[in-house]
Amino acid sequence: MAKITLGIMDPPYESANTTTAFRLIDCALRKGHEVFVFCYEGATALGYSGQKKHANAVHGSSLEEEDHPNPKEWIAALFRLAGQRGVKLTWCNCGLCVDERGVENQVEGACRGSPVSAWNNFEDASGALLIGTN
Amino acid sequence: MSQYILIQSKSAWASGGVADFYAMAHQLAAAGHEVTLFLVQNGVLSARAGARDLHLSEIAGPRLRVLADDFSLRERAIDAERLAPGIAAAAIGVVVDLLAAGARSIWN
Amino acid sequence: MAKYLCIVRSAYRATIEEQDDPALWFTHAMGSAGADVSVLLRGDAVSYATKGQDARGLQFGDCAVKGPDIPRDIRSMLDAKIAVYVTREDLSTRGIDEARLAIGIRAMNESAIGELVGGFDRILAF
Repeated sequence: MAKITLGIMDPPYESANTTTAFRLIDCALRKGHEVFVFCYEGATALGYSGQKKHANAVHGSSLEEEDHPNPKEWIAALFRLAGQRGVKLTWCNCGLCVDERGVENQVEGACRGSPVSAWNNFEDASGALLIGTN
Repeated sequence: MSQYILIQSKSAWASGGVADFYAMAHQLAAAGHEVTLFLVQNGVLSARAGARDLHLSEIAGPRLRVLADDFSLRERAIDAERLAPGIAAAAIGVVVDLLAAGARSIWN
Repeated sequence: MAKYLCIVRSAYRATIEEQDDPALWFTHAMGSAGADVSVLLRGDAVSYATKGQDARGLQFGDCAVKGPDIPRDIRSMLDAKIAVYVTREDLSTRGIDEARLAIGIRAMNESAIGELVGGFDRILAF
């Protein structure tokens, strides 16, 4: 199987790019590929452990009924999927981006790196995709 | 020659850089590379039969395959069976398969 | 080792907060680590190649805002042998004369974009 490296930049709740990135990661893991995700800039907030659900008065739904997505849970689910499939998922945050945003408390499994980490993992991947932000 | 997967996520009418992206796809195909242009998110708005995206309709050809993400189509109520000429619906797995096969990728 | 082309299309996005352009910074970081990188500035980002950009002087309350120095950053990249390309069409659309470009910027025709891209192994489009 192959290794795919993905770079992402968008913070949570701001862009459809995030959903597409998660779809690609999920699909790649299901196909048995190793995936390295490098979160740059706002994307470092995707794994922030302080995300909370909320009710939605406009929807008329309680906290439980609304069951609002928190991307940190999607990341945790992707790690579980990777474990089930016996493939490696790396979720790597740009450390300086984490520091300036104060999002150092991250979902379990996330690690810290730099553009050099991204470069090294672009180098040894079969395919590399950077999803830039607007 | 190389394989390319170009992923077009923006609406052709809301973003000025889309025509340039199509032009780059066309140039790569004309140079002999094998190019897949994958429309996703609002990029699929151009895929609906009757949509007026003249730049897109000009570039599809033997070396430039144009696909539209099936989920993005459904999300926007675009009938996957009634797309503009030269465009086919496809699953996002196509992108993964091309990346895994070593295709060079560019996102817009 | 792969050859990388970083395409930068958005301009002045978060540059005051970051004190640089994040796409250029990332590219420069890769280059400093030894990667073979080049930059293509497209669309509004061609403005980054011009002389005279000045983001100084902001203040929020009693907090002075330093801002970025994009010309310095471009100069550093060129000094580090990172090639920086712009297209003549993007310049002329924006009324930018080639004489206003920083020394070392490579102006090219849009019709040659495909050929440029084809010469790289990886494209990072920011």
